[in-house]
Amino acid sequence: MKKDIIIAGVGGQGIVSIAAVIGYATVEAGLFLKQSEVHGMSQRGGEVYSHFRLSDKEIASDLIPQGKADLIISVEPMEALRYLPMLNSDGWLITNTTPFINIPNYPDVNKILDEIKKYPRNISVDADKIAKNLKSPKSANIVILGCASPYVGLEYDKLENAIRLMFKRKGDNVVNVNLEALKAGREYKN
Amino acid sequence: MNKTLLLGDEAIAQGALDSGISGVYAYPGTPSTEIMEYVQRTKDGKEGKVHCTWSANEKTAMEAALGMSYTGKRALVCMKHVGLNVAADPFMCSAITGANGGLIIASADDPSMHSSQNEQDSRFYGKFAMVPVLEPSNQQESYDMMHYGYDLSEKYQVPVLLRITTRLAHSRSSVNTIEPKEQKPVYTPEDSIQYVLLPSNARKRYKKLLGIQNSLEEESENSIYNKYFEGKDKSLGIIVSGIAYNYFIENFDYGDIPYPFIKVSQYPLPKKMIEKLCDECKEILVIEEGYPLIEESLSGLLRRGIKVRGRFDGSIPRDGELNPNIVAKSLGIEVQQTIPISDTIVGRPPSLCDGCPHSDTFRAINEAMSGYSKGRNFSDIGCYTLGALPPYQSINSCVDMGASITMAKGAADAGLLPSISVIGDSTFTHSGITGLLDAVNDKSPITVFILDNYTTAMTGGQFSPANGRIEEICKGIGVEEEHIKIIEPLKKNHRENVLIIKEEVAYNGVSVIIPRRECVVTLTQKSKEKKKAK
Repeated sequence: MKKDIIIAGVGGQGIVSIAAVIGYATVEAGLFLKQSEVHGMSQRGGEVYSHFRLSDKEIASDLIPQGKADLIISVEPMEALRYLPMLNSDGWLITNTTPFINIPNYPDVNKILDEIKKYPRNISVDADKIAKNLKSPKSANIVILGCASPYVGLEYDKLENAIRLMFKRKGDNVVNVNLEALKAGREYKN
Repeated sequence: MNKTLLLGDEAIAQGALDSGISGVYAYPGTPSTEIMEYVQRTKDGKEGKVHCTWSANEKTAMEAALGMSYTGKRALVCMKHVGLNVAADPFMCSAITGANGGLIIASADDPSMHSSQNEQDSRFYGKFAMVPVLEPSNQQESYDMMHYGYDLSEKYQVPVLLRITTRLAHSRSSVNTIEPKEQKPVYTPEDSIQYVLLPSNARKRYKKLLGIQNSLEEESENSIYNKYFEGKDKSLGIIVSGIAYNYFIENFDYGDIPYPFIKVSQYPLPKKMIEKLCDECKEILVIEEGYPLIEESLSGLLRRGIKVRGRFDGSIPRDGELNPNIVAKSLGIEVQQTIPISDTIVGRPPSLCDGCPHSDTFRAINEAMSGYSKGRNFSDIGCYTLGALPPYQSINSCVDMGASITMAKGAADAGLLPSISVIGDSTFTHSGITGLLDAVNDKSPITVFILDNYTTAMTGGQFSPANGRIEEICKGIGVEEEHIKIIEPLKKNHRENVLIIKEEVAYNGVSVIIPRRECVVTLTQKSKEKKKAK
């Protein structure tokens, strides 16, 4: 068993938290993992990504080779499209549809969403809207993770446990709302 | 034995702690920052059992670590690759003085320049100083090599350079840790003049350093971190170093590798091992992250011996970070064809945060300077370097820490009047003060903006050594009090700030303007912490 996952977004959108949840769950499942992330200059509103690799065997490279990723989890639609060349021939693309526009030349969002929809194995979700409905706008990243949860190679309850562990310090409310966000994502259908 | 998930940087920190270090010295710099930050979060760090406060720059950090090593205690000093240029003077001379307690210099290189102004390879500094270099390939080795490195350092009384690159620094994996060792007791050097590099003594010490070179090579030859792997297909022999080893292995999916190869993670290079490979194989491919150091040693100036492939002959691009695909191509392995990247996508360069004080400062500077021709604003390294990009396009240089003030001075000396300079608070205390002193002594007609946001922002908000005393420092080195102006960079103060800037730019001498307002990122963090405390 081996899953190679690209997690993408813009600096500050919570992709490190997505990686951390999958990380906790991977450790609990007793699997090997390597997770590279971006620190430094790009975090100032630039494009950021994380390569997350989990496997029942030892992992060599910290970076996923081109065309070998099983899954893209993106918190932002243009960033999802940016990493499409990384996917293997039956990989899945899970993305938020709400754009993060912090550049003057951001392309037409509809054009981006159309291109994403042309890719057969995609789930496009307005995670910001779902998170707002749950009165937790900051949980959009966890909604996306919920959508991606059937494809990450980990049991759903392990992801739930990871959320409990990760948000424990912030109190029961935060834990519960993130569990709901995960569930809402899991139940979402295109 | 414990299992922990650690970044490469964190594995170095944990390894150093478990080796019984008494202190870490560092100035923040991507991708090395997390080493110090990790130590600061530990119990021993918080309780002050291990020294772990930030230094003003890499030179002061290196010297303090050398002082700790002098006392017989183990010390770690960390920096990014260009930081080693700043620390080069004490680093080079520490090879001559030698170490008493174990001394490791961790330098994190940034090939592809993700957050840097060049991609220099620290291994050259190791070779230059003639000290052992360790280059871990993964997080576990990063941890283990600290134990190994301190023992090596003490065995030969020599500082050891540990070199990693961005990808390992910022990649997390599981690491097995062992029981921590006790800190060393104080014992000053047996030879009371070991550290006195008077010419007569330095000559002796240098001969001593030259004298251990054969032994260091022997250590590399027998090191568990340098390994020769046999292979049946002798048409090609391969040398892989550091993290390149992982990309190489990835391409064979843990299956059999047909070629003989050497994994190199300790320098000086294991000569006998390499000799064997060259004798056995028809040609050699060198895969190394960074500059072609091994490749150059093998091929020589005239390239007359065995055919050596690598970055020089284009088998691997001459610049930039490696990845599994680049390594695949150099091995003739086909890379998966995939969906081409969409034309719709545009780049998303980093930018100043919403509400950043620097944006108000740049707007004011741009307006105040609008009456002069462009190209007069010398700047420096920090978040404000983003002032080079639209919409500000305000600055005209960013070279090395502190160069803003001295370059503006040189330009003013040459007659470019007015010349101005923009530098951050932490960069100013790192390397700007001496340059300002030069300007004061020459009465150079420059205006220096010291952007005080109370933090070292670019690397994530570390302690800034100026600590609210910038105007005092300026006064102390002789800037006239009436030409030190503090402004608050806010929209509502824009008109007033523009007037102050115009006035100081017109002054025929050194002016300092301090736009002072807290970084929005640290401000938000603090208010969150306050909320939590309630």
